[in-house]
Amino acid sequence: MLVPIKWLKDYVDLDIDIKDYVDGMTMSGTKVESVEEVGQNIDKVVVGKIIEITPHPNADSLLVTKVDVGGEILQIITGANNIKVNNYVPVALHGSTLPDGTKIKKGKLRGLESNGMLCSPEELGLNAESFPDGIYILDKEYPLGTDIKKVLGLDDKIVEFEITNNRPDCLSMLGIARETAATFGLKMNYPSIEVSGKDGDVSDYISVDVQATDLCPRFAVRVIKNVEVKSSPAWMQDRLLKAGVRPINNIVDITNYVMLETGQPMHAYDLNMLEGNKIVVRRAKDNEKIVTLDEIERILDNKTLVIADENKAIGIAGIMGGYNSEIKEDTKTIAFEAAIFDSVNVRLSSKKLGIRTEASSRFEKGLDAAMVQFAIDRACHLVEELGAGEVVGGMIDIYPTRKERRIMNLRTERVKWLLGVDIPVDKMKKILESLEFKVSGVGILEVSVPTFRDDVTIEADLIEEIARIYGYDNIPSKLMDTTFTQGGRNEKQRIREIVRDNMTAQGLFETCTYTFVSPSVFNQINCKAENPLRKAIKIINPLGEDQSIMRTTIIPNMLEVISRNYNRKITEGMFYELSKVYLAEELPLKDLAHERDTLIIGIYGDKDFFDLKGIIENLMDDLNITNYRVLPSNNESFHPGRTAELLINNKRIGYLGEIHPDVLDNYDIPTRVYIAELDFEEIVLQTNLNIKYKPLPKYPSIQRDIAVVVSEEITAGQIEEIIRNKGGKLVEEVNLFDIYRGSQIEEGYKSMAYSIIYRSEEKTLTEEDITKVHNKILNSLASQVGAILRS
Amino acid sequence: MKDILEKIKNESIIEIDKVESIQQLEEIRVKYLGKKGQLTQLLRGMGQLTPEERPVVGQLANEVRDLITEKIEQTAYCLKRKDLEKRLRSEFIDVTMPGRKKKLGNRHPLTKVLNEIEDIFIGMGFSIVEGPEIEKTYYNFDALNHSKYHPARDMQDTFYITEDLLLRTQTSPNQVRTMERQKPPIRVIVPGKVYRSDEIDATHSPMFHQIEGLVVDKGITMANLKGTLDVFAKKLFGEQTRTKFRPHHFPFTEPSAEMDCTCSACGGEGCRICKNTGWIEILGAGMVHPNVLANCGIDPEEYSGFAFGMGLDRIALLKYDISDLRLMFENDKRFLEQF
Repeated sequence: MLVPIKWLKDYVDLDIDIKDYVDGMTMSGTKVESVEEVGQNIDKVVVGKIIEITPHPNADSLLVTKVDVGGEILQIITGANNIKVNNYVPVALHGSTLPDGTKIKKGKLRGLESNGMLCSPEELGLNAESFPDGIYILDKEYPLGTDIKKVLGLDDKIVEFEITNNRPDCLSMLGIARETAATFGLKMNYPSIEVSGKDGDVSDYISVDVQATDLCPRFAVRVIKNVEVKSSPAWMQDRLLKAGVRPINNIVDITNYVMLETGQPMHAYDLNMLEGNKIVVRRAKDNEKIVTLDEIERILDNKTLVIADENKAIGIAGIMGGYNSEIKEDTKTIAFEAAIFDSVNVRLSSKKLGIRTEASSRFEKGLDAAMVQFAIDRACHLVEELGAGEVVGGMIDIYPTRKERRIMNLRTERVKWLLGVDIPVDKMKKILESLEFKVSGVGILEVSVPTFRDDVTIEADLIEEIARIYGYDNIPSKLMDTTFTQGGRNEKQRIREIVRDNMTAQGLFETCTYTFVSPSVFNQINCKAENPLRKAIKIINPLGEDQSIMRTTIIPNMLEVISRNYNRKITEGMFYELSKVYLAEELPLKDLAHERDTLIIGIYGDKDFFDLKGIIENLMDDLNITNYRVLPSNNESFHPGRTAELLINNKRIGYLGEIHPDVLDNYDIPTRVYIAELDFEEIVLQTNLNIKYKPLPKYPSIQRDIAVVVSEEITAGQIEEIIRNKGGKLVEEVNLFDIYRGSQIEEGYKSMAYSIIYRSEEKTLTEEDITKVHNKILNSLASQVGAILRS
Repeated sequence: MKDILEKIKNESIIEIDKVESIQQLEEIRVKYLGKKGQLTQLLRGMGQLTPEERPVVGQLANEVRDLITEKIEQTAYCLKRKDLEKRLRSEFIDVTMPGRKKKLGNRHPLTKVLNEIEDIFIGMGFSIVEGPEIEKTYYNFDALNHSKYHPARDMQDTFYITEDLLLRTQTSPNQVRTMERQKPPIRVIVPGKVYRSDEIDATHSPMFHQIEGLVVDKGITMANLKGTLDVFAKKLFGEQTRTKFRPHHFPFTEPSAEMDCTCSACGGEGCRICKNTGWIEILGAGMVHPNVLANCGIDPEEYSGFAFGMGLDRIALLKYDISDLRLMFENDKRFLEQF
């Protein structure tokens, strides 16, 4: 909402520094977005009169003018073609400054001297739409040489307010004036709505039939005859322009002016274009057509409310008038309409038709039916003030259910109860009255709410009114001194932070990726048609196909991150993300999804599978999970020979491995990538935060190294399992320290070297003790996996 | 014998004084004090002396032995110090050479700021609650007192899964979920991802993060809202931070407010970051609307509460002076390394 300060002063006697005004309004709840100081930089721009125009001898597109600027006649070259001799125009003199900071200096244009510049509205920082062709032609004869800022009201300030949804009443000069008056303790002056025209009666000209009473609670019409359509006066155009509305002609300008002033949208119809001297408010017929003011044909349906004459629609109610009944230069008799339309209906129609106007956006928010008469009378008053026509007596006002002021109770002690500050009852009353509430009673106040305040429906709303005018600043700042509560993270949240700490310590960077992805990701990661990951939840109105499903795996996101980094010439990286996947029991989704926290780890660049596995092993250690295994597995996204699954307590928690080269190709990654995706929810269940101290060893350990030759298909996991099984409690550690293939070893075999550390908790082990168990291990290795001891 | 002792004493002292290494010193020790050393040999010959001479010569011999022993010990100590000093001199290193580092990773900047905010509220007795991102329309809108036709419900603004399920547009539904689950006193914060139908640009993202807060108890007032959030702002942005509460409107709080903090970049002087206002909008807040309390089965006559919500991404951008939100979701390693 744009509010020119000079206009605002019509309603409140505002004499406050602009900065204090802006702060005060913001702190009482009408937030200021910006302040524009019109013409702030303009200097040495004056009124001039064109006394001669001749073509430029060297340029067809230029004109040479002689301009009288009061005591001096200047030659000025211009490119504009809308000027005539005797026009009064703004002239930027030599050495002048325009609003954008441009300095104007003497110069030569195609060989002829130009001693300044004739200005367009745009060059003066004004809305250009009224003079699309060029120079601003002033509306009357001002003293030559007068500072243009005075003439054009460029010494004004325009304040832009952010109006919240609940306060449509503040989308008007009167609404802002009311807030201003209440905030600064000023008196509010309403503008005159006196109308002297009494000639004839509106019913002689027109009748109104509201058929869709459910969508139109009030419809009022007044008629103006002997209309003279012309430009509105400069002061009105100036105000409209500053408020962001394009001046058109006096009648349309009046309707817009009244809308800005009162918040009530108005419309003017050319009565001669109405068939049957009748206005009907009805639902449109299906496929009924109307050409709107913007000269676009619209096709309506029976949910849209229209204003019609006997035969055809002449406007879409609350949204836009029809082209057929538009005010034209020769219009002689008009009907002003001020009405209330159902806010939801206007909103839905406006959305359906894709038209949003100043009027529709106001109707959508809900307007005060009581304002209708004030607005229509105000428009008639302005008609008389501007000499735009003669007001016909009487008003048609279809208003079956009068809107009454709501009466509410305010228990004064609840104010302190909610706000925590003692405000004297007198002060409460004064604040409410300044906002045009009526207040009576003591202890429990009876409050009558103004009709324009539909947002005030409960006691807390009244308390808010008191609080905001009293000033949030004046409410003390106090810590809670009520019940003590125990805060903190729950176990899952704590484990999440342990995982993050662990990942950080292991050198991984946490990522944050979008949880919605393209449906094509499943093909990109090689998922077969029947892969359950494809059962993804769809967004019905996504930003685009690429962001249309909720992810069921984070692998595609991780591959994208790695691809982006790799292709930015970052040669290595280790990343993780602890975030959600979204799984559906059935599609379409009937109830909440299964949102499962998932840990994804991705590494690339001078890394191999065992770097990835080591990261996971470290994590398992940190979480005190001991009963886990990593076994060979299959997964279509991974390299078939380098895929494993992580089992904890024999339950599969996820996959880890090298990504399949086909998948890497799809992500444009020409280097090997290792990814693990683990179900964090299961990890949480298996984590044991209960750490128990184990006594330090009392007896020495003894190390024995062995090297065994086994066939290639025997895994390290198998060998370690045999060593641990046979060694029992005496085996403290088993470390694989070398694998050898090559000369001395038969093709298809490998030599694996282990060091085994033996220790007993009960005694110092003797050579005999160890040899016994060591031989047991060697025998089992030989019998179970055919291992031959290398000497 | 006295003369011999005197000679041993003088000669040994001269020899010890000339010593340059521990080995030489040891040789001297053996020469005089060893089993076959001169002094030892001499003492063995004591039996030949008269009983009168024996104690005199004995005493003298002991004095000479003690003297030599002490002299050797002293010299040994000096030699060891010299050796050590020499070694230390030779072991000079250039301490300005780079250290050997284990490469550390990092939390995402959003997680870092989130952890910081969580810890501030945990210190004030709040627990952390989480809720679904695919949320029921009821919790996201209806239960929060949004009218049936509230514009936020538009398909243009909200991602829908079905008519009744959507991607939550705010963390506020968890106010209701918490109050349904738990009776007062309630003090929770709810961090999480939220979604709105905005195209990605420097300040907008269709997925972003909010932190919701809710307090419900007997005797909670707007003064408590101000006090709690003021402490929060000071802890997050520094003790010098001031806060300003402006009236605002939210469907689920009444009265409602927005909180501005003095710009931490310029301290309230006005700069590029705060657009010369000296203030930065940080969060929305208000006293829980009686309808919302009633919807959750909490008697608004007896209990009151306050709620607040803030955009984590925005706060992180401010805190780290990042000008483009897109960096947060690009995950360029050179970006992630900086936090």
